[in-house]
Amino acid sequence: MMQFMLLFSRQGKLRLQKWFTAYPDRTKKKITRELIALVLARKPKMCSFLEWKDLKIVYKRYASLYFCCAIENDDNELLTLEVIHRYVELLDKYFGSVCELDIIFNFEKAYFMLDEFLLGGEVQETSKKNVLKAIAAQDLLQEEETPQGFFEDHGLG
Amino acid sequence: MPTVKGDGMRGLAVFISDIRNCKSKEAEIKRINKELANIRSKFKGDKTLDGYQKKKYVCKLLFIFLLGHDIDFGHMEAVNLLSSNKYTEKQIGYLFISVLVGASNELMKLVIQSIKNDLTSRNPTHINLALHCMANIGSREMADAVGSDIPKLLVSGDTIDSVKQSAGLTLLRLLRASPDMIPIGEWTSRIIHLLNDQHMGVVTSATSLIEALVRKNPEEYKGCVSLAVSRLSRIVTSSYTDLQDYTYYFVPAPWLSVKLLRLLQNYPPPEDPSVRTRLTECLETILNKAQEPPKSKKVQHSNAKNAVLFEAINLIIHMDSDPNLLVRACNQLGQFLQHKETNLRYLALESMCLLATSEFSHEAVKKHQDTVITALKTERDVSVRQRAVDLLYAMCDRSNAEEIVGEMLEYLESADYSIREEMVLKVAILAEKYAVDYTWYVDVILNLIRIAGDYVSEEVWYRVIQIVINRDDVQGYAAKTVFEALQAPACHENMVKVGGYILGEFGNLIAGDPRSSPLVQFQLLHSKYHLCSPNTRGLLLSTYIKFINLFPEIKTSIQEVLGSDNNLRNPDVELQQRCIEYLQLSTVASSDVLATVLEEMPPFPERESSILAKLKKKKPTAAPEGETKEKEHRAIPQAQINSSETSAAPPAASTTITLGGSSAGGGGTVDLLGLEPTPPAPSAAVSSGLNFLVDVFGDQPSSTTNGFDSTFGSGSGGLTPGAEENYKKFICKQNGVLFENDLLQIGIKSEYRQNLARVGVFFGNKTTFQFTNFVSDLVLPGNLSSALSVQPKPVDPTVDGGAQVQQLFNIECKDEFSEAPLLNISFTYSGKVQRLCLKLPVIINKFLEAAEMNSEAFFTRWKALSLPEQECQKIFKAQYPQDTEQVKQKILGFGLSILLGIDPNPDNFVSSGVLHTRNQQVGCLVRLEPNKQMQMYRLTIRSTKPSISQALGALLETQF
Repeated sequence: MMQFMLLFSRQGKLRLQKWFTAYPDRTKKKITRELIALVLARKPKMCSFLEWKDLKIVYKRYASLYFCCAIENDDNELLTLEVIHRYVELLDKYFGSVCELDIIFNFEKAYFMLDEFLLGGEVQETSKKNVLKAIAAQDLLQEEETPQGFFEDHGLG
Repeated sequence: MPTVKGDGMRGLAVFISDIRNCKSKEAEIKRINKELANIRSKFKGDKTLDGYQKKKYVCKLLFIFLLGHDIDFGHMEAVNLLSSNKYTEKQIGYLFISVLVGASNELMKLVIQSIKNDLTSRNPTHINLALHCMANIGSREMADAVGSDIPKLLVSGDTIDSVKQSAGLTLLRLLRASPDMIPIGEWTSRIIHLLNDQHMGVVTSATSLIEALVRKNPEEYKGCVSLAVSRLSRIVTSSYTDLQDYTYYFVPAPWLSVKLLRLLQNYPPPEDPSVRTRLTECLETILNKAQEPPKSKKVQHSNAKNAVLFEAINLIIHMDSDPNLLVRACNQLGQFLQHKETNLRYLALESMCLLATSEFSHEAVKKHQDTVITALKTERDVSVRQRAVDLLYAMCDRSNAEEIVGEMLEYLESADYSIREEMVLKVAILAEKYAVDYTWYVDVILNLIRIAGDYVSEEVWYRVIQIVINRDDVQGYAAKTVFEALQAPACHENMVKVGGYILGEFGNLIAGDPRSSPLVQFQLLHSKYHLCSPNTRGLLLSTYIKFINLFPEIKTSIQEVLGSDNNLRNPDVELQQRCIEYLQLSTVASSDVLATVLEEMPPFPERESSILAKLKKKKPTAAPEGETKEKEHRAIPQAQINSSETSAAPPAASTTITLGGSSAGGGGTVDLLGLEPTPPAPSAAVSSGLNFLVDVFGDQPSSTTNGFDSTFGSGSGGLTPGAEENYKKFICKQNGVLFENDLLQIGIKSEYRQNLARVGVFFGNKTTFQFTNFVSDLVLPGNLSSALSVQPKPVDPTVDGGAQVQQLFNIECKDEFSEAPLLNISFTYSGKVQRLCLKLPVIINKFLEAAEMNSEAFFTRWKALSLPEQECQKIFKAQYPQDTEQVKQKILGFGLSILLGIDPNPDNFVSSGVLHTRNQQVGCLVRLEPNKQMQMYRLTIRSTKPSISQALGALLETQF
């Protein structure tokens, strides 16, 4: 089972965090700091897998973003790399060549997408089509529900 | 500003770009505080906010939280959003709850109510939101409240596929949070049949659930094996076009394949011949595909394909029954060892470690020895080199030990610091295990000290001394070799220790050679004396007194040294005392008395140890070869190293001065062989009482591995050996292994809430045979039955091979207590009745609840508890490294808080807690003052009840 997934930039800024097991906030911050430092210190061409405490870390860099997952000992490392890749593909398809900014400004969407793909630390749906269909349905609902006209939000509140 | 997807919240986007435009951290904090104030006033204002506004502000709070700031309001508004009938508002509400609200939050009741409502909704998107939330933060409370509704959703014909998928994994989460809660029995067959579902997504999700259920109860779910095999078979034989969107870069359903292959690793090879043949065909097909030319050059293709391949190899290793498959797997991995992808080389080394432990493939693995040695020398990534070390260790046997140990020693000279300690241990174990010629063993260990002295832990050099003492054929050689090693101008202090000890015992064996005459030996050792730490000096002083016995001719030179001002008035009490006593002994005692007192050390008691077998099961890579090899080694006495048990003390301890032992009740800082508690070991990993060298790889209780006979033989009502020590390990932790031997592992998981406890005991059958007549009874000795009320759940009378069963105890603490409940276990294994009696780690401090208070409140209470009997003070020596973080963890684990800013000295720990029993609540205040220089602690406990102060003091005293 995947324990958590972190997305962070080359500068070490955390962009998305998804925890599949409960940790206290303080521990989360500590883990995040430690792992960001650990992964950023690694050179290209190094192995994408690390042993860390009693977990395995699998990471991959896409442009300016690092995707980093912690999995358990009996989980499959190579397939975790492809979990990351599939998530990137999903984001890419949805945002249209995704960049770091898309994830910053639409963090809630990134979370919703992840929930459709991974649930409780396990892969739920591997079909790109099905995940995107579910997200498109959500967007449709959002459009229908967003207030229009007089009450339009001008971003002032 | 990039476009916001869908028709998002513009206010949120504006805020985010404001934050991004902040030039400094201060500006960002200012902007955030402004926003927080704004949101707070909106939430507090009398104007009711519409759902959209609420959603927007909640989302802003979420963003602020994700930036790393604390959020202490808005939770209620988020909960309100849950009951909105607008999807997007609900969705943001659930997101906020999932990210920000812990299971212990008091709002959880409201959240659960909303979840309940949404689960009964007719709108599947609402059901899914509720399920996702539970899958994210599912807790015992949720399982209790709604757990029973989920299986229905999962198997009902009316449920749409996407809901089924979510329900499967939600149920998995609830099962993890609350293993005993969900009534699963009646659903078994319907859940198993989800493996046949037409929708691949449903199967993907259900397979994970089924694996978790199988682990809990393999027998009940046995039916899944044939279904899983046929599903797998259909996937691996399908063409990549068959599965449409479930094909990933030309690989059909890799995720599902891997899950199915993992599921099958919970069972032995299928009994039904047709199922078995089909599975073998699947595995062969997967191996064949690895040889086919790739359908795509993309790394995704090869990753997905190899992910399935590695999982198939794991299954082949797990079944460990088909030599043909094992050897094919080994050859395949051999190809990967030289692959250009670092990831594949890494995984191949890792998998091969497992193959090396199978009798069918051990020889095949050995063929790759040269490649692995090259990897050790040339890989650029230390984590890959580490795997190479592991594999060399795993493939080592008597035929190649000299070569492998030689290569590892050579590599050690340039090895990364991060892996040196582990390498030293591995080399030491291999050298001992496969030594035919013990002079070789001595050379290897001395080389270890020479090359990596700093990383040679005490266990390693204790061990070489034990072996030399127990084997008289190697003593002369050892004396000669250490003498030579000590000639080096700079030699490591560990070398001085080993040299001092060995020459003190066996220096006479080389004294005939004028180059190593008694005086030369003494002068050589003494030339190192001034460069050494007090510990080593103490040891050398003992060597000197032993020399007086061995070599009366140099008595005066030694007495001069013992009687020098520098020694007799040494500020170190231990050294001073040794000098005075040794000097006196050498003056007053006749040579007969001296000869008796300073006799050669007796051999260390022989101990049979099944520890390597245990190690093999626990961490296959850590134990080379099988038990057959080990048996040849039974001849070698395997003494305990530094256990505090009496059996480790030399039998003649009362009359013989052991080299390390202090002759009087002094500080005893250099005890070598266990007259005093373990001295702080150099690394945390090796700090707890070790019986045998290899144990340092395990994190499990070490003293439980005595042969089975000694564990079960007596049949008397007494505790099983090791039970007491293991019980003590639970003082500061709730979960862990309580007992383990060749047959059985017993784990504990416990939870405490005020005066209530729920203790799960997990019995794991490590054999492949069934235990029958399995009984586990809890006994409350003495007046414990009036202090605790216990409701045990019965446990199944049979435990299948490889299975784990759980027994749950609900316990209420009515009054304070000091004794521990006893767990009497008995079962029949291969016709013999086995009995165990263990202490269940239900300890009074478990009912402590940490309490927070400020310094004023603390001091007022502290002063109020000023009666002498309310206080318990202990001063004691540190048993473990005085690491602040570890001490903190232990205090927290003990059930106390860590209060900051109260003690003026930041090194001190101040804590408080409330002890809950049904009849009373007792507040406790604790102060722990470490003295790092002296490696001592002072512990002060005050509470309203004297007996509680004493009880907690006695428990805490043993922990640091």
